Amino acid sequence: MLFKTSKHHNPVETLAENELKAVSRRNFLGYFGGAAALMATAAACKKDDAPSNTGVNLGSGDTGILNYAYALEQLEAAFYTQVALTPYSGITAAESSLLTDIRDHEIAHREFFKAALAGNAIQALEVNFSSIDFSSRDSVLGTAKAFEDLGVTAYNGAGKLITTPDYLVLAGKIVSVEARHAALIRDLISNGSFADSTAIDANGLDLSRTPPQVLAIAAPFLKTALNASNLPTS
Amino acid sequence: MNVQNIINQIEKVDPEVYEKLDSRRDVMKGFAKASGRIALAAIPLALGSMFQKAYGQSNTTLIADTLNFALTLEYIEANFYIKGVATSGLIPSPEALAALTTIRDHENAHVSFLRTAITSLGATPVTFTAAQFDFTAGGAFADVFSNYDTFLAVAQTFEDTGVRAYKGQAGNLMSNNDVLTAALNIHSVEARHAAHIRQMRKARGANVKPWITGNDSGIGPSVQASYNGEEITTQAGVNIVNIGGFTISSAAASEAFDEPLTKEQVTTIVTPFFA
Repeated sequence: MLFKTSKHHNPVETLAENELKAVSRRNFLGYFGGAAALMATAAACKKDDAPSNTGVNLGSGDTGILNYAYALEQLEAAFYTQVALTPYSGITAAESSLLTDIRDHEIAHREFFKAALAGNAIQALEVNFSSIDFSSRDSVLGTAKAFEDLGVTAYNGAGKLITTPDYLVLAGKIVSVEARHAALIRDLISNGSFADSTAIDANGLDLSRTPPQVLAIAAPFLKTALNASNLPTS
Repeated sequence: MNVQNIINQIEKVDPEVYEKLDSRRDVMKGFAKASGRIALAAIPLALGSMFQKAYGQSNTTLIADTLNFALTLEYIEANFYIKGVATSGLIPSPEALAALTTIRDHENAHVSFLRTAITSLGATPVTFTAAQFDFTAGGAFADVFSNYDTFLAVAQTFEDTGVRAYKGQAGNLMSNNDVLTAALNIHSVEARHAAHIRQMRKARGANVKPWITGNDSGIGPSVQASYNGEEITTQAGVNIVNIGGFTISSAAASEAFDEPLTKEQVTTIVTPFFA
């Protein structure tokens, strides 16, 4: 319990916290001593080293990666569902049609992962869209752009973490559709920005992000905390 | 990037790393030699191949062959856009010219990047010149560089085919994480291109969306092979239509997933574009 009370989830704070925890561990060891204390400390340290290990556990291995994708698709589907329910002011018929298509694609992705994961699927996540003004075109499309570009980098970064070839192909089937979404949304904001230098590097490559990088960006939009500590890292 | 630091870290885990890498001197000499030739971005690939050799995984040939296949497709695209952008009177607006120039530049960058990656794996990249291509495909697209709509139709087909081709090859790259990630990072760029070209065609009256509906090209039978198979609505045994009680049409179910093509299928599709 000593360690739980000092647990922080902000990665910047965590760096400083590690210094304090090192001191705490020494005190802890000195106070008890003996093999039992060593075992207890080992368990505590293990917990300490994974500061984000509260929240919904995505799991490990390929299941963990699929749950990670499922979580992101839940976020996107919830967003576009709200966009369709409360269209921004001045929305055109063409925009409405395209955004409705995207909603359906994201729901299809979400429900696919839920069905494929079956008993291993994480729960439905609660979202936090308080920072989004759904009546504003700029706010909605700006958020959509962020989500789509994030989705592309997430799938691109997750590919190497997948061990089952069929799952890699499935992720590939989805990521190119997310990239099509990203390009369209970008063009709606500013025509011609579908693959500009804010998304694509000098080698003509999209970017990729690790699960911790992606989840840190997604976290403000999720009320439900996610525990990615068991996901593969290489 | 400090390569010596990386090797030192590995040495902590595996004290015999230098024996596996022949010797410290050879490694650093080999790397210094390589790094003079290769772009900075490809250094992780070079490192990957160095360690791959050391740790005895023999998939380098498969990976190099796969990347040469990708490089061939990038040469087709790059030469197509180079010629299109340079053809006076073809592209009607500054906005369109800017977009097609962006795409041309990406395809050229992909050619350079893949050449570097293949070289860093110890293999030889294929090379093609403009004279080796026939973008009329033996007359099927006779006005490709004089009729803007034909040009965009061929562009759409190349981009959508490219997306499917990379997707079909991902499995062959799984043994090298850096190469796989780089290929995925190209794959999604091709999809962005496809979406934009489709919107350009839509603006000129074509009945297409940024995503592929069913197996409909919006072009005609001449390019059908690039779209066959896109119509499926079942993924990993899961029916996507109306999944989970949500109203998902078969059109949306097909759009939501892009489908791979095999190397053989892609080769058949692109063969007519070689002179």
